Amino acid sequence: MTRRLMEGSEAIAEAAIAAGCRFFAGYPMTPFTEVLEHFAKRLAETENSACINAESEIEAIGQAWGAAATGARSATGSTGQGLSLMQESMSEITRAEIPIVIFNMARGQGDYFQATRGGGHGDYRHIVLAPANVAEAVELTQLAFHLADRWRHPVVIYGDYFLAHTAEAVDIERIEFDALPDKDWAVDGSLGGSGKSRNLNPIGMTKGSKGIDPNGFWQALSEKEDRIAAAERRYEVVDVEDAELIIVAFGSLARFARAAIRDLRSEGLKVGLFRPISLWPFPSEALADAARGKTRIACLEQNAGQMVEDVRLAILGAAPVVSIGGISTDAAGFGIGALFDSELIADRVRAAYEGRAVPRGVVA
Amino acid sequence: MKEDPLRVVPTDSAPVGACRLKGSALPALTLMGEHDLCPGCGEPLALRQILDSIEALNFSQRAIGVIGIGCYTALTSLMDIDLIQALHGRAPSVATGAKRMRPENLLFTLQGDGDMVNEGLQEVIHTAARGENVTCILLNNGVFGETGGHMTSTTVLGQRTKTSIEGRDAAVHGHPILIGDLLSRLDGTAYAARASVHDAAGVARARRFLDRAFESQMKGEGFSFVEILTMCPTGWFIPTADGPEYLDTELGSIHEVGELKRDGVLLETRGR
Repeated sequence: MTRRLMEGSEAIAEAAIAAGCRFFAGYPMTPFTEVLEHFAKRLAETENSACINAESEIEAIGQAWGAAATGARSATGSTGQGLSLMQESMSEITRAEIPIVIFNMARGQGDYFQATRGGGHGDYRHIVLAPANVAEAVELTQLAFHLADRWRHPVVIYGDYFLAHTAEAVDIERIEFDALPDKDWAVDGSLGGSGKSRNLNPIGMTKGSKGIDPNGFWQALSEKEDRIAAAERRYEVVDVEDAELIIVAFGSLARFARAAIRDLRSEGLKVGLFRPISLWPFPSEALADAARGKTRIACLEQNAGQMVEDVRLAILGAAPVVSIGGISTDAAGFGIGALFDSELIADRVRAAYEGRAVPRGVVA
Repeated sequence: MKEDPLRVVPTDSAPVGACRLKGSALPALTLMGEHDLCPGCGEPLALRQILDSIEALNFSQRAIGVIGIGCYTALTSLMDIDLIQALHGRAPSVATGAKRMRPENLLFTLQGDGDMVNEGLQEVIHTAARGENVTCILLNNGVFGETGGHMTSTTVLGQRTKTSIEGRDAAVHGHPILIGDLLSRLDGTAYAARASVHDAAGVARARRFLDRAFESQMKGEGFSFVEILTMCPTGWFIPTADGPEYLDTELGSIHEVGELKRDGVLLETRGR
């Protein structure tokens, strides 16, 4: 495929199909709608594939669950509102160890807790990847399908209006990752009557034995999540070596932070960026290393203060942490806030850099 | 391979060893083990018909079941076919996704009335309307059995439950949903039938309806639905032995047994 200008929604669908995604189900909702549109168009042209315009988000994730249970690469998505409706299934799918990819084209960054805390019932977390631009979304979408299969675990792609609707020139080709184990767990009906038939079960029931072992079941999941957390922390650092202040920002907002840093550096301010790419597992050790000896850590996020909790837990008081973001959306509430402004961000960083008070509250 | 349970022991020659009838009379596709169901429960009768139908139609290595949440969930550890355990109400959607990826497989759901008609009503209606090539099977006892006898959307008027102590009253609790009748009216539904396991003829009828539903699915005719009325004396607060008669007279008089739709055509007289 040659380099082509396309918006994030289309690039995500193309990247997913390049990664072998054969099933998608979704329910329209701004700013996610175009992701569904592109899947509907492209999967109709792809053999042995299906895209369902589901009747609700609850049905969308149920359908994607069934497709994934057969071993097919399967995905669904919505905005954070729709993901709220999907959380019950997301929890169960995690416990049944079924790989699935879920796109959240969020209305801003207020879904950070929903994404990273295991938004439904029970004791679990999902892998969450937050691309900052369309090219990275292409890469992380393919990585998401790979990680889902590697760990038999859901992976969430956290995007937003900017990612879904910014057009960039990208080149989409299938990325070859490490070899994956066979999906011998997937249901195909073939083991019926053998005494070894499968049961993709989220409540810990196994064939031929009465009852469940809830403690052992939860413990096994918890241990797997420890292994994921150790292996899958991802982040990017920009100009942190000599920096006195480090901005911590993720997703689209990190792009604006980057532009602000360029301007601030030209003024002689020693400012750097730490960008978590995996929101769970949060790259805590790397942030702690980067923060050591710095004057200030400025947490920039488009919400009332969510990621700042992970930042503080990572740094454990090694440097002062100040929030420089805030609630910031447009009149329609789609998350296109005034905070997406490198000059405004630069002003706030200057204040933090000089130890002045940073304005709080809505950025409109 | 199963041995013929009725194999004749030769008597025209001297026995060559200790003589005993060998072979197994165990039902197909069933693992041996304990279960948690109450005395007088109708669900094992229905489940046996489902498994026997799959075996007899030669779908044993092609069947995938999607299981809801209810008393029957405890029996899934004894069903020797590939299964996906779904959430309460969500089985039709899960079956939809699996069938789209594996159209050559027989996909069926197993749900109770609380699961399908309360929590998951929207899912089963949409799956039927889409004409999805799956078979949804409802075990309808008109009560939440697992939680201990609470009112569901199929509880008939006058029926006593823990949340309709004096009997279901239309003015207070609303009317029951006749789900088979409702689903049969949708254009995507190719086959719809209601059976009852209150007696041997009813059990045999359930088996016939299941056979037809599975065959309809594998011919690609569209959505198929079999409702099976089952006894729940525990949840009805009646003596165990009274279960079959209560089922036939109380539930069966409202949720009427018979075929409602065949080959995509509504039947004016219910098929038997």
